[in-house]
Amino acid sequence: MGKSINQQIVISGVGGQGVLFITRLLAEAAIMNGCQVFTSETHGMAQRGGTVLSHLKVGEFSSPLIRPFQADGLIALKPENILQHDSFLKKGAWIFVNSGKKPDIGFDAHAIDADALSLKAGNPKAVNLVLLGFALKREKVRQGKNKGLFCTFEDIKRVLAVQHKGNKEMLDASVRALETGYKVSVK
Amino acid sequence: MGRKKLMLGNEAIAQGLLENGCAIATSYPGTPASEILASLARIKEMNSLPVHSQWAVNEKVAFEIAYAGCMAGLRTAVSMKQVGLNVASDPLMSAAYMGAKGGFIVISADDPGPHSSQTEQDSRLMAMMAKIPVLDPDSPAQAKEMISIAYELSETFEIPVMLRPTTRVCHSRQDIRAKNFGSFERKADFKKDPARWAATPKFRFKLHTELEKKLEKIAAFKKTTPVKLNKKAVSRKAVIVSGVAAAHTREIMNALGLWDKIPVFQVIQPYPLHRNFISSVCIDYDEVLVIEETVPVIEMQIADRTRVRGKLNGFVSRVGEILPEAIEQMLCDFAGLKADKIAVQSQPGRRPTLCAGCPHRASFFAIKKAAPKGIYTSDIGCYTLGLNLGAVDTVLCMGAAISQAEGFYHAFKNESKRPDIVATIGDSTFFHAGIPALIDTVVQKVHFTLVILDNRTTAMTGNQPTPASGFGASGEPLEPVDIEALVKGCGVKFCKTGDPCEIKEFISLVKEAVLYARDKGPAVVIARHPCLIGRKSKDKQAKKIFVEITDACEGCEYCIRHFECPAIIFDNNKKRADVDPLLCSGCGVCVHVCPKKAIVMK
Ligand code: SF4
Ligand code: SF4
Repeated sequence: MGKSINQQIVISGVGGQGVLFITRLLAEAAIMNGCQVFTSETHGMAQRGGTVLSHLKVGEFSSPLIRPFQADGLIALKPENILQHDSFLKKGAWIFVNSGKKPDIGFDAHAIDADALSLKAGNPKAVNLVLLGFALKREKVRQGKNKGLFCTFEDIKRVLAVQHKGNKEMLDASVRALETGYKVSVK
Repeated sequence: MGRKKLMLGNEAIAQGLLENGCAIATSYPGTPASEILASLARIKEMNSLPVHSQWAVNEKVAFEIAYAGCMAGLRTAVSMKQVGLNVASDPLMSAAYMGAKGGFIVISADDPGPHSSQTEQDSRLMAMMAKIPVLDPDSPAQAKEMISIAYELSETFEIPVMLRPTTRVCHSRQDIRAKNFGSFERKADFKKDPARWAATPKFRFKLHTELEKKLEKIAAFKKTTPVKLNKKAVSRKAVIVSGVAAAHTREIMNALGLWDKIPVFQVIQPYPLHRNFISSVCIDYDEVLVIEETVPVIEMQIADRTRVRGKLNGFVSRVGEILPEAIEQMLCDFAGLKADKIAVQSQPGRRPTLCAGCPHRASFFAIKKAAPKGIYTSDIGCYTLGLNLGAVDTVLCMGAAISQAEGFYHAFKNESKRPDIVATIGDSTFFHAGIPALIDTVVQKVHFTLVILDNRTTAMTGNQPTPASGFGASGEPLEPVDIEALVKGCGVKFCKTGDPCEIKEFISLVKEAVLYARDKGPAVVIARHPCLIGRKSKDKQAKKIFVEITDACEGCEYCIRHFECPAIIFDNNKKRADVDPLLCSGCGVCVHVCPKKAIVMK
């Protein structure tokens, strides 16, 4: 992987769903791959159950924010986030959404019911990781076409290992959640 | 040199302070500045650095502690959010005259938008009013670099220096290389000089004269001179940017193919603007576009107005955050490019609400029961969101819940029907600015009820300790202050404590207080229940009460309107309420809320 990667991703959800955490994992993965990275986050009042939005820019950028019609993809932890944030997306951008049904929208959209899957796996707080795992699957499918995430499942596993250093229980639970999403096939 | 680390802007600032030998750092939490001190306390603890870091009771106190440290020759810093600087403005104005000995940095984080503040005020204007230099970083990396320049400026000219990051700098993350920590070998040494450190008005005039001389030199200081970013560009037009607008502009000019065409100057130090720059801009360019947040501080200093496009002539918006799409539009207009008007239509997001199981929700419910027609003054914190519940009528600024309650009391004093007045204030806010106001209500015998929402933390800004917590910024043990004793010490005769989540008893308690207040004077109820976030294990709820909604639910939406727990969802198809087990915290309060008794324990 080289420094030529340029990717802009919008990640959104509501307060408490762990938007900032997966943003952070992806940003760490970018650094691990020798890329420059910028994220921009929501903190404070808006975090209390309100919409939480992060911008992630990997590559040669100087601004922390994504302009409308510039994002390569959107990771949405709630189906409603798509209509809130689709104005950031460029034509043909990908969307990975936590939803029971595939959204009917003019983008390359894929849905996974991460709520149900994480509940079934006995880790209801891990919706964010299940969705991320699902999004990472795509990278393998379409590598090279800038049609999925810039990093791999293995990258995120390595980042998790650093983040949860010394807490094997947390690490195992996180990796399991990531795998839960990763195992679901992307059509 | 270490490897690159992902640093939050505020972390980068903290790292910068420690790399430059900051020996005392103080703060009061406030978004977007809170993580500066929190990170500093964490890094110093991890590396056992001999640094004093603390949360102070408010920004004024924080400022004065750090300032005295610099009078003793140490490098120090105080950080806060922009409205916190209002609270610290008294010492700021005076310290500008007296100047610094060791380097002293005042970090005031602005919040254009605003995202999490009452105002969009521009701290750079406060620096101008105080007459101290201010630096305006465009990114976490630049914020970190500016710390060393700020200390150099401060020590060269013996003057406090302001660093003004905005939300987009504070709450962005970037890959940044950490350097070695600075030296902490300097010894405290206070040289008595009453004509300076305790100056009377006559000496103040002298200090003011000296201050003006310093500013003259600072306006020519080499390291903070505006920088031409694109050396090759030549034109009769130029763009002047500062802060995060500089970061947006660089990227957009490149995308639009304007980078090699129109010169871009980045202003590092918006005040005082370099004298030479002001004159050369007016000679070298026919038209200049100035983009800065939030007040036209740079623009106002450029004397020849005929050449300038910016906020003063409405070319750049005077309110709100300047988003990159707006900058794109401006640059296109300025360069004479055709731009597709970007009409962004997006649906509004969810409004913020108190967490499921938040004890404040129970307190508000009790207050509405106890004084249904009351006037509810409130304050700054998570509980501001009580306005969703109709239990918050006013929010002005830190501590104002109590003084405004007093104002309402005097306003209605001579009316035949006086409303009950119930003020709510958080524990941290009470310590910050509520105590003087409470003393005043005792002196004036104000008939009102104060509910102190004591959740043992400063919740909204990320759960920093309060003076009652008994521990400090790095978790070190400290002396806790007792709120009851404090309230009684202010002279309040009625002061009782209850747990709002024991909702029935708590409603009776608030009723008792309201009755007392009607004919006797101030009554205080301390609503004590820990915040759900970041609870210590001893505070964890022993037994969770899980609830369900039975068929007795008639779909009246009472619970939605008056209680608004995010875990209670209204199913529009079934026309009834439902509990989301993923969100429910098991506090059990809602069982007492439903008028039809349809919410029951499982
Ligand atoms: S963070 Fe604490 S105080 Fe704030 S809404 Fe949640 S439970 Fe309530
Ligand atoms: S018990 Fe009721 S009020 Fe408490 S969190 Fe659950 S649904 Fe909300």
